[in-house]
Amino acid sequence: MNLTSQDYQVLAPYILLTAWACVLLLVDLFIPKERKSVTALLAALGLAVTLGVTLSQVGIEQVGFFNMAALDGFSTFVNALLLVSGILGIALAHGYVKRMGIERGEYYTLLLFSVSGMMLMAQATDLIIVFIALELLSIPLYVLAAFARPQLSSEEAGMKYFLLGAFATGFVVYGTALVFGATGTTSLAGIVAAAASPSTSTLLLTIGAALVLVGFGFKVAAVPFHMWTPDVYQGAPTAVTAFMASGAKIAGFAALLRVFATAFPALAVDMTAVLWALAALTMIVGNVIAISQTDIKRMLAYSSIAHAGYILMAFVPYGNPAVRDVSIAAGLFYLVAYAFTNFGAWGVVIALEKKEEKGLAIADYAGLGRKHPLLAAAMTVFMLSLVGLPPTLGLVGKVYLFRAVIAGGFTGLAIIGVLTSLISAYYYLRVVVTMYMKEGEPETVRETWLSLTTALTAIVTVVFSLLPQSLFEWASTAVLKLF
Amino acid sequence: MTPNLILFLILALVAVATALGMLFSKNAVYSALFLVLNFVTVAVFYLLLGAPFIAMAQITVYAGAIMVLFLFVIMLLGAERLPDTHVLPWQKPLATVLTVILALESTYLLWTKARPSGAVLPPGAEVNTVDNLRAMAMTLFNDYLLPFEVTSVLLLVAMVGVIVLVRREKGQKS
Amino acid sequence: MNPWIFVGLFFVVGLLIPVGAIGIAWLLGPKKPNPIKQSVYECGIETVGESWVQFKAQYYIFALVFLVFDVETVFLFPWAVKLGALGLFAVIEGIIFILILVAGLVYTWRKGMLEWA
Repeated sequence: MNLTSQDYQVLAPYILLTAWACVLLLVDLFIPKERKSVTALLAALGLAVTLGVTLSQVGIEQVGFFNMAALDGFSTFVNALLLVSGILGIALAHGYVKRMGIERGEYYTLLLFSVSGMMLMAQATDLIIVFIALELLSIPLYVLAAFARPQLSSEEAGMKYFLLGAFATGFVVYGTALVFGATGTTSLAGIVAAAASPSTSTLLLTIGAALVLVGFGFKVAAVPFHMWTPDVYQGAPTAVTAFMASGAKIAGFAALLRVFATAFPALAVDMTAVLWALAALTMIVGNVIAISQTDIKRMLAYSSIAHAGYILMAFVPYGNPAVRDVSIAAGLFYLVAYAFTNFGAWGVVIALEKKEEKGLAIADYAGLGRKHPLLAAAMTVFMLSLVGLPPTLGLVGKVYLFRAVIAGGFTGLAIIGVLTSLISAYYYLRVVVTMYMKEGEPETVRETWLSLTTALTAIVTVVFSLLPQSLFEWASTAVLKLF
Repeated sequence: MTPNLILFLILALVAVATALGMLFSKNAVYSALFLVLNFVTVAVFYLLLGAPFIAMAQITVYAGAIMVLFLFVIMLLGAERLPDTHVLPWQKPLATVLTVILALESTYLLWTKARPSGAVLPPGAEVNTVDNLRAMAMTLFNDYLLPFEVTSVLLLVAMVGVIVLVRREKGQKS
Repeated sequence: MNPWIFVGLFFVVGLLIPVGAIGIAWLLGPKKPNPIKQSVYECGIETVGESWVQFKAQYYIFALVFLVFDVETVFLFPWAVKLGALGLFAVIEGIIFILILVAGLVYTWRKGMLEWA
């Protein structure tokens, strides 16, 4: 049996990026220690080339590799977002790792491998591939979280992330096994077909799906599976946290979406209530605990949990064909908004961070408005976007989300969303108040790539909010053929 | 008695004896070595059942690699001899309860001949009829080609990760 | 004839050789024990401390690298045994699989992790 060019086309971005990463791993061995910027540049180049390939595939719909992977509008959209996240992640990390004395070529290689795992996850149409992709994206992240070793907090972060991540993967595998037990297949299309037959045990299938949901709940940091998030986000090197918060979330939600929407539509009745509760709980707990944080990394970690809740809202009506498409498109749109805002906010954190974990308290931001007006303005944009205030992408994202959720008949959930957003305004705006109203002498670092990233994400956050229609349309066409 | 049954009974005896030996050894290294013997016995069971691949995987992965890791961890921590005190007081009652549940479950399954109501067939019913290693290779290298190749990337990443985490850069404090 | 007989023969011969060697030495060798002969031999130097010692953490990496290649062997076992039935395409697949892991070996080597120090 042979593969056709169609098969290779389906996974062209993934194959390209993986091959690039393997070669870069070896090339890096011959790049002298003081010139690791070359590795960073080559890694970014690899991501950019892959992004080009991905964008050239817009509109192509195919399955390949014996129905194990699919190329469609959804995967193209998510892959493009993941690749941009990877590039932003490298831009943020480049100066940071040098400054913190943890610069090693493997940083960039591992990041590439992680992105390739995320991309494979977005394309997976078989639970086996979902599992392997989950491992491929997670293992580099465990290592990256501990990259600042022998610094204790970083080692602890890596250890915690590894243990809980392995635990979460266990849930996914166990769930997959039960689904296989119930249906006799791991292919998403096969599961749907088997679920329709009366001899299939619905109980076994439901338990399997629930276990898969728990596993992904860990990965995207949904309450009550969020316990690891604050410690890991705080302990990991900040540039890693920035990448982890966006990348792992995007990939986790993409897989969750594809698996549930295409394989488990029959379980929507039971799952809707569970997803409703998960989303509500995640929004409430994330936002309420964030209030009492004094460390900016911990605050953003809880903010990341809260945002997982908002994105989860988009999944709640997944069994209702009338609103499903618009709701999932809103979820995708929100992921884009969150990714850009998140990278920007972490970029500002990186600009203020000093060695030995100094400069990370919210109090350290006092006086930033006077001393570095541009940086403070950028941070204000990101904070407004995280709250969901105009003129930012965060607002547009929330409007789309709430509208979709209400259209699906979950007004109660939308009200919880609005109320928790109001709560979140307190702690996000506190950062803005500290920057402008309090006296202080904050020191920042100036690095070209860091400044560029922060500026770019701030501009994207504002400009796209003024013309969100085209992006939302792209998101809508992306989900159109998913079902 | 058929030769197979005699062989099975001898092996079963060895399996149970080594499992008990593993449990009751005070020295963790001896426990690990008993476990190796146990794994090998189980591998022979797989051979008797006509599953050479699983038998081989059992020996290379469990009896080989995993046990090497166990032994290294034991030696690394210098924890080969266990203290006599019981650290977890609730462990024994819990273990007893779980064992009884497992025993009841197994008895029930044996009694009812383990027929699931859903009657799900394993993938490819030919697995048990023709040369099963060949059937497995055919599946692995055709339908499961993508997972197979991605696995090698996964192994590579794991190896790089280990080296990044363990290796000290020159001039770095320990 | 049952093909497993050869495996059984292999085991029997494999057991007989060491048992025979040790047994013959035990039968033929003179036995005149004295305390100095029975002490633990360590290159002529008196032994110090216990023989259960803590390993250096660095050795652990050998175990981990071994694990990776061990798992690779498991995957290559069906490949190697049934290569004839699988055809050219599977050969290429297997070679790609091996090449990716060779990249890992080159990396490990070049990083100096295979040096026993």
